[in-house]
Amino acid sequence: MSRAALLVLADGRFPAGGHAHSGGAEAAVKAGRITDAVSLEQFCRGRLHTSGAVAASLAAAAALGVDPRELDRAADARTPSPALRLVARRLGRQLVRAARATWPHPELDELAHQFPKGAHQPVALGTAARAAGLGPQDAAYCSLYEGVSGPATAVVRLLGLDPFDATAVLARLAPALDRAAQDAVEAGQRALSDGPEALPARSAPLLEIGAEAHAKWPVRLFAS
Amino acid sequence: MSLGHHHDGPAAVPADAHRPDGTRRALRIGLGGPVGSGKTATVAALCRALREELSLAVVTNDIYTREDAAFLLREAVLPPERITAVETGACPHTAIRDDISANLEAVEDLEDEVGPLDLILVESGGDNLTATFSKGLVDAQIFVIDVAGGDDIPRKGGPGVTTADLLVVNKTDLAPHVGSDLARMEADAKANRGELPVVLQSLRGERGVRDVADWVRERLAAWTA
Amino acid sequence: MTTSAAGVRARVSIVARGDGRGGTVLPDLEGEGPLAIRRTRGLGAEARVMLVGAMSGPLGGDHFTVSARAARGARLRVGSAGATLALPGQDRAEARYDVRLTVDDDAELLWLPEPLISVRGSDLSVTTRVDLAATARLVLREEQVLGRSGEEPGRLTSRLTVWIAGDCVLDQELACGPGAVEGWDGPAGLAGHRAVGQVLLIRPEFATDPPTARSWEEGAAVMPLAGPAALVTAVAPDALRLRRLLDTALASLE
Repeated sequence: MSRAALLVLADGRFPAGGHAHSGGAEAAVKAGRITDAVSLEQFCRGRLHTSGAVAASLAAAAALGVDPRELDRAADARTPSPALRLVARRLGRQLVRAARATWPHPELDELAHQFPKGAHQPVALGTAARAAGLGPQDAAYCSLYEGVSGPATAVVRLLGLDPFDATAVLARLAPALDRAAQDAVEAGQRALSDGPEALPARSAPLLEIGAEAHAKWPVRLFAS
Repeated sequence: MSLGHHHDGPAAVPADAHRPDGTRRALRIGLGGPVGSGKTATVAALCRALREELSLAVVTNDIYTREDAAFLLREAVLPPERITAVETGACPHTAIRDDISANLEAVEDLEDEVGPLDLILVESGGDNLTATFSKGLVDAQIFVIDVAGGDDIPRKGGPGVTTADLLVVNKTDLAPHVGSDLARMEADAKANRGELPVVLQSLRGERGVRDVADWVRERLAAWTA
Repeated sequence: MTTSAAGVRARVSIVARGDGRGGTVLPDLEGEGPLAIRRTRGLGAEARVMLVGAMSGPLGGDHFTVSARAARGARLRVGSAGATLALPGQDRAEARYDVRLTVDDDAELLWLPEPLISVRGSDLSVTTRVDLAATARLVLREEQVLGRSGEEPGRLTSRLTVWIAGDCVLDQELACGPGAVEGWDGPAGLAGHRAVGQVLLIRPEFATDPPTARSWEEGAAVMPLAGPAALVTAVAPDALRLRRLLDTALASLE
């Protein structure tokens, strides 16, 4: 395993489309639920332990070699919002494109072939981690971190939040992120032995409802 | 091509100039430039000038939602299925330069859905003078500035003004009203750009977009040669 | 029913079958202990069953299992006589409530219980598993109210998994209350709303003609799933407004 490869994959500048997405933060800002660093932190904690945990478990399972088609179906079942399924596939497709150019690997070619419109992003991420010689824990960390750093960056742009405060929020989330990464790896291992039903399915109602509303806004800064 | 791998899925390398079946893909031309310089109007005029002779499509990159795509749709310069909007998360330059994945998807989908295409115009969201397109996304780029933005812009340079394959100084009809010195703008631009061409354009004038359209035709002839 | 130091174990089973003449019969109804079942008058071809007494529990340590099956040709509607209260037990142990629903081909189940109220100090884990045949139809409503009026909620975990012809089309877990996941009541979770619910609609015709996604600013969305199903999700300040929102959203699907 290369620690530097993890930095490449986890880098916010890795060209896989994440910059255009707020992870639900734009909808929460408009609804007045995120107004400052404190509410941003609460938003991120909620996301980390619900859709974030699910995504990280899917990524860890994909990194462990669980069949991507099974994982993709499990991701569909855990994503009731059609807007979020579409976003997850778009981002998955963009990630596979970037990963194939970065770490050419037959499994990435196969994934691109099986899912021409994109597999769910965590499935793509886990496969990219394999191609980069990384393990399930790395995939889980990448997934969890981008799941909170995306909203934090977006809120800096949306609210003019002090970027130091936003970064401090991410630092305060680190212990929770460490625990969540460990849980995700264990869930991935259970999926490997017992099938994808063993993956967590925790949901955040306002993320789903907010994503559907956001998808229909005529004017918005972020794609999701 | 990523040698050693078969791939019948999407191309692994963005700048790949061929379709999966081996034919040459559509020429991609980027249009960038500051807010309000007339990028969208130029795209609309190019569509009207070229749509009879070429199979073309447009990708817009709005800073904010889908305004530019909506304008092109309203103006009915192309059928709606030939116009796609990419959302840029408040960073238009990122989407055309640093992370081109969403735009590459958009151009590929257009080729898949309405292709084969001869030409795809990729319009950037209005940005600053340093915003240029990645070579991984477009084959050539046009930078559009206007006389009202200040006649010192060609002298100041910046990557857009100095390196774009074509520089368009737009809205020349306004020059007398805003006190811009056209001759000076042209001379400064030429000094900064060496051999690279400059077009002075007024879409309201008789020539309209003709010079830019001719330049596009030349590029296309070279692309398909 | 068995009672042990750990709590009460109770089981209810409902089976409905088509009678071959367009009606529905209930050959098999079993209830025990705190859970009783009552037949009520159904409308037309439908058989109607009411769960009674669930309101007294479950207490911590209890384990209730309810199963219902709409066999071929049946149209079964199940409701409850009142809200179900999740109450704390003496030793604060977790209570479990498992619901197992099966719908065969050419059958329909309407599972429409009253809300579950998570009372302060309670700890309840609900699992609902629905297995449908390819042409089965379902309307399932679940509503959770966090605490009685003005009260802190207990801890509640609810997981809903839905399978159609062997494919999982929905797997969703909601965890809320003190000691549940961090951020459950934050801007991504419930943001202070005290009632959350969903209605799941499964119709074979959705496979070719899926409903349109919609959302309501008050906090509801209609979401077509990746399968012949649509989920309505809503959050609201209280049970009354939740029901109104769910009904409004559901009406848009009719």
